[in-house]
Amino acid sequence: MFKRSHLPALISLILLVLLGTLPIYGSTYAVILLTAIIMYIVLTVSWAMFSGPTGYISLAPAAFFGVGIYTMAILGGQLPVLAVVIIGGFISFLLALLVGITTLRLRGVYFAIFTFGLVVLIKELLLFWEITVTGTRGRFVVLESNTTIYYVMFGIFVVLMLVAYFIRRSRYGLALQSIGENEEAAAHAGINVTMVKVITFATSAIFMGATGAIMATRWTYVDPYVAFNPIFSFLPVLMALFGGMRRLYGPVIGAAIFAYAEELLLTRFPYYYMLTFGLILVLVILYLPNGLVGLAPKIWKWSSGAQGADTRR
Amino acid sequence: MPILEGEKVTKYFGGLAALVNVDFYVEQREIVGLIGPNGAGKTTLFNLISGALMPNSGVIRFRGREITGLRPHQICRQGIARTFQSVKIFPNMSVLDNVRVGSFFGAAGERSFQKAMERAKEALEFVGLAKLASAQAGELTLANQKRLEVARALATEPEVLLLDELMAGLNPTEVGETMRLVTTLRERGITIFMIEHVMKAIMSICDRILVLHHGEKVAEGTPQEIASNEKVIEIYLGE
Repeated sequence: MFKRSHLPALISLILLVLLGTLPIYGSTYAVILLTAIIMYIVLTVSWAMFSGPTGYISLAPAAFFGVGIYTMAILGGQLPVLAVVIIGGFISFLLALLVGITTLRLRGVYFAIFTFGLVVLIKELLLFWEITVTGTRGRFVVLESNTTIYYVMFGIFVVLMLVAYFIRRSRYGLALQSIGENEEAAAHAGINVTMVKVITFATSAIFMGATGAIMATRWTYVDPYVAFNPIFSFLPVLMALFGGMRRLYGPVIGAAIFAYAEELLLTRFPYYYMLTFGLILVLVILYLPNGLVGLAPKIWKWSSGAQGADTRR
Repeated sequence: MPILEGEKVTKYFGGLAALVNVDFYVEQREIVGLIGPNGAGKTTLFNLISGALMPNSGVIRFRGREITGLRPHQICRQGIARTFQSVKIFPNMSVLDNVRVGSFFGAAGERSFQKAMERAKEALEFVGLAKLASAQAGELTLANQKRLEVARALATEPEVLLLDELMAGLNPTEVGETMRLVTTLRERGITIFMIEHVMKAIMSICDRILVLHHGEKVAEGTPQEIASNEKVIEIYLGE
């Protein structure tokens, strides 16, 4: 029997099959475009996995992304691509563990600034290393085919969605949420708050690192400025806000629309691109505090009539 | 052997002595009251027991085992739960989810979803919030939010419950209901250590009362003894 509750699962399955077979029927352009979109989705969903429920705004994605890029720049060509991608994720995981243990006691703006400082710190350290030790700046990256990049990116996406789904459904999802709502009360209800925060933060970094590693193979040449570009810290935050973080698919939709809009605006209206972006963001933050997914209940309310619209007593 | 005891518990905030050499004990299934003027160090003592703060010196024991310096989640999992003076619920979560946090992570450490759910529902039933299980916690009245904190603490399956001004801000009817709730908690086998300003409540339900003043224990005894203790009268009515 088909029930209405099966609908999201069915739609997800169809989308997965369509996306998973894209290189077979899609154009090269479609493959490249979808790779970029999925990259943004992965960065955004993995960011929202930790920062969404806990309210700790991390600006570290660019650091983990960059670590992945440099892992590929150094190891690419020496090991199979997939191995390098996994190593990139693993190094990011270790880095995030270290950062998490030392900084997750910081709250609010201090945590945000520290994580952003991490991006700058690693970039400067790498520059220093390249100038004084290796005597070169930047590195060439071994290229991979568009199809390989796409499949690896898609694989990371599927694993991430499964992990994010199961965290949300498990008792750890509840723990993360309660930490965001009142950390002291969460600790006194038996939650090892430090452990839950650090592990989730580090898990989210795996996906950012892996994404950096595979995306590096598209860029031929990377240097610390390219690899640790702070825009990769800000975009996931914006995309997650845009989509809304109350549901798992919020950041997915936010990132997908945002990334596609970027492509569209950049190619059609290069001069108004940033302006339009800024406008959309301001409007969303002002009028849609729960993001795009917050729109659905509003539309539902309008369409079902005004009476009984206020369900709260 | 008392279920909970402290020896020469001392806590300084900078140069300010919040608690100095305080000895206390709570016997199993007792209801012990902790009173004293504002700033006497009552909540500080609870924070030291529950692991929110570390004492500068002194020892706290639970069932004979030292728990000084353990972190809040460890203390909770040992079997000491608490409520807060200013309610600390999870406002944007449902009432049921608030309590499920306790049943998942507390001393019970329930891993099965179904059992955690049952335990949470049972705790809500106990405090009289079963009908509001799906409501958003932040929308409850203050009295109900305080009950919710009790339910969450209860779901962790504590042996000792620290209640920090459970009745403050409640109207007389609600105070009466809360007093009944506290006595039924004891009937359940739970030991109660409670800070309270509502004298009527403390005098009628406590077996024993501890009085703190300026961080020191100044009196200890049955409600009758405390009510006629000259030092206590002096503290409360002024020199």
